[in-house]
Amino acid sequence: MHELALAESMLEIVERAARQNSAERVTAVRLEIGALSHVEPDALHFCFDAVTHGSLADGARLEIVRTPGQAWCMPCGDTVPLAALGQPCPVCGSFQLSITDGDAMRVKEIEIG
Amino acid sequence: MCTTCGCGNSEHLHQHADGTWHSHVHDGGSTHGGEPRYVPRPPMAAHAPLIRPSRIVQIEQDILAKNAGFAAENRRYFSDHGIFALNLVSSPGSGKTTLLVKTIAAWQERTPLAVIEGDQQTSRDADRVRAAGARAVQINTGKGCHLDAQMVGHALTSLAPSDDSVLLIENVGNLVCPAAFDLGEAHKVVILSVTEGDDKPLKYPDMFRAADLLLVNKIDLLPYVEFDVDAAAGYARRVRPELEVLLVSAQTGAGFGEWLAWLERGLGRARTRREVGLDLLRRRVSELEAELERVRSPAHEA
Repeated sequence: MHELALAESMLEIVERAARQNSAERVTAVRLEIGALSHVEPDALHFCFDAVTHGSLADGARLEIVRTPGQAWCMPCGDTVPLAALGQPCPVCGSFQLSITDGDAMRVKEIEIG
Repeated sequence: MCTTCGCGNSEHLHQHADGTWHSHVHDGGSTHGGEPRYVPRPPMAAHAPLIRPSRIVQIEQDILAKNAGFAAENRRYFSDHGIFALNLVSSPGSGKTTLLVKTIAAWQERTPLAVIEGDQQTSRDADRVRAAGARAVQINTGKGCHLDAQMVGHALTSLAPSDDSVLLIENVGNLVCPAAFDLGEAHKVVILSVTEGDDKPLKYPDMFRAADLLLVNKIDLLPYVEFDVDAAAGYARRVRPELEVLLVSAQTGAGFGEWLAWLERGLGRARTRREVGLDLLRRRVSELEAELERVRSPAHEA
């Protein structure tokens, strides 16, 4: 599953930041995962635990903040909330949507000790 | 221990039945009901007996930033060399490789056409493509479920495609994971065969959203299956309103006129990009030469 590739990338980002800040351990990693992004949080937890084993992020808490989806609806001429890909505009029912937010997968911050 | 879910950790993630997530802290033994809420933990709190001060380091970096970097390098390479690169994605068994083989034959070397093949194991697909007359490099991902931009970058070093050529990248057969990985391609082309079910775009929205072209393959079998082409296209356009759709049969060659015309148009755009790039370079060189003249001139040195 690709969550493994994502977890490996996360670890690289986290290790680099920890080294830059002369930290020996990473105790927490906070992610922003959009509701419309390509990731399954459970699988990501599982893979994160697996890849961090033996690293300086071994045992780190993984916190995932979910950001809601948002899209520009052409008929409405406005930004509307979007719960999931494939859903229509909750206001007018159109599928003429362009996603404006909620598809990010970002490492926001880490706690080091 | 949380008396609601029985977990022993003092902090974890919960998913509710309506699909929303929240992270929360338990005060040992309390139940949690009502509105989900995110309670940020103060940096000094810890579950360990020793309270060690911890620092927060802001990162704000996209998880796939590294892949995006490699993809950008590939994209620059394609642009500089006038290469029209496509990322072919689909479930296993949609007919991608047969489509490739037939495309190579039909293209009839109007320009060079090279292939990068992705599979977990074997070089069977690359062998088939080479037998059809195109140069190919096989990437074996082992346990991997998708190609990434770094793998493609390495393959390009071996393959060294010609200038003004078509490059077809056949991704690992998988309708889920490749959607997240930019390879530097001009377009993702999603291939859906009529034996797969017309509701695939509803079940795998990420992939259809990521694509610019939907190739409906095996249309020669339409009389024998319950596949509603308009429904499938409609479902796909829910997540990708601008999606182009072409109907083909790699078996019979039906629809290949339009498919090859689509390839030609894309190649034309890639060539133009290279020429525009060269033009800009020439102009910049002229500007620099003029500047150099000016700096070197006796009038300037005096």
